[in-house]
Amino acid sequence: MDVITMLKQLAEGMIVTGQIFFLTLLFSLPLGLIIAFGRMSKNGLIRTVSKIYISIMRGTPLMLQLIVVYFAPYYVFGVRFGSGYRMVAVILGFVLNYAAYFAEIYRAGIQAIPVGQHEAAQVLGFSKGQTFFRIILPQVIKRILPPVTNEVITLVKDTSLAFVLTVAEMFTLAKQIAAAQTTVIPLMVAGLFYYIFNLLVAFVMELIEKKLGYYR
Amino acid sequence: MNLLEINHMKKSFGDLEVIRDFSLSVREGEVVSIIGPSGSGKSTILRCATLLEQMDDGDLIYMGEYAAKSVNGKSVYMGKGVLKKIRSYFGLVFQNFNLFPHYNVLKNIMDAPVTVGKVPKEEAKERALKLLDQLGLSEKGQAYPYQLSGGQQQRVSIARALALQPKILFFDEPTSALDPELTGEVLRVIKELAAQKMTMIIVTHEMQFAKELSDRIIFMENGVVVQEGTPDEVFHSENERIREFIGKIEAVY
Repeated sequence: MDVITMLKQLAEGMIVTGQIFFLTLLFSLPLGLIIAFGRMSKNGLIRTVSKIYISIMRGTPLMLQLIVVYFAPYYVFGVRFGSGYRMVAVILGFVLNYAAYFAEIYRAGIQAIPVGQHEAAQVLGFSKGQTFFRIILPQVIKRILPPVTNEVITLVKDTSLAFVLTVAEMFTLAKQIAAAQTTVIPLMVAGLFYYIFNLLVAFVMELIEKKLGYYR
Repeated sequence: MNLLEINHMKKSFGDLEVIRDFSLSVREGEVVSIIGPSGSGKSTILRCATLLEQMDDGDLIYMGEYAAKSVNGKSVYMGKGVLKKIRSYFGLVFQNFNLFPHYNVLKNIMDAPVTVGKVPKEEAKERALKLLDQLGLSEKGQAYPYQLSGGQQQRVSIARALALQPKILFFDEPTSALDPELTGEVLRVIKELAAQKMTMIIVTHEMQFAKELSDRIIFMENGVVVQEGTPDEVFHSENERIREFIGKIEAVY
């Protein structure tokens, strides 16, 4: 197999990897905020449930979680989905897992905002929603960018775990080609791909940090 | 009619009785200072009066409208809608400013009138610029809070409170976070407001300032009013504790 053919095959995997990456962020970032609210709720039941959820998601392997999400509909509910469900299960598993991490990052950020900001907004007559979205959240985002960047970079590399559900993301293909052609080149290409992807992630996050650097 | 009326306010934190029985009536245009040692309950009174804290017992009445009413020895607060309206009657200036760091000065002042008061943007901006001019900050509209000195930040926070055109303005130790030089510029602004007959309630440690400015001074200790009267009456009080306190403070400055 020539290098061009190999790269073409890997490129298809890169698209799948990109899909997993973007869809995970798209859903887990807002879901994380909701879980963070649950974790800080005045209602003890909601708080406990959120805590247990985060504990399980952080305390068990993501690979195992993907397997559970994929097989649960059949073994628990007796429902059988088509093969398209593999990709859905991957996204669902990633979103559920990453939302737990993001929730704790949000919580740290929200609790770090001085109580005076809430009080000033309250006295000025802002509603709770206005206070959160206009005053608190923008400051939270600025503070949590560094830990969020960490998570996003980890996510780029974690996408390779989708192989357990035989979703043909890039690393799965690289391993297959490497085995079939007895060469390590596809694996090296894969490594380079992840590295460049993450350079890009770091670059974009730095841009956002700079953009929010107009105040302290 | 009294702008503000507090009847028999009581407030405890756990077992600690912070306010035992506090009453106050404020008429339009009056300046009332509350002085006293730390832990005497001064700030708690302001926090209860501005609805940041709920009192345990007592009435809280603004312009004849109840925010809270004592029923069987417990304060019962009115509904959200009533409290929202009542919040528009007062403003509060904090000890550490609490400006919004991600907004520039102009937006800090304009945001509440536009979002809460539904004032048209152009009008709110005009009002904000006028206030900045009045407070000697006309150059600073585009600056962010971190670029300002403490005195400038406090003046912006006064402008922010004034932008909502409150009937009554509370100050919670407005100069305690400032060095003596910056204290002067903030006190000047408050004096100007007094000259314009703004109704104000000021918790402060600035004795000279309280003496010059106030129509009435309330001396508090351990959650009760020890004496209330004109500056003359309080500063020449027969009460041993008040003489001691005022003497100590004046010795420091």
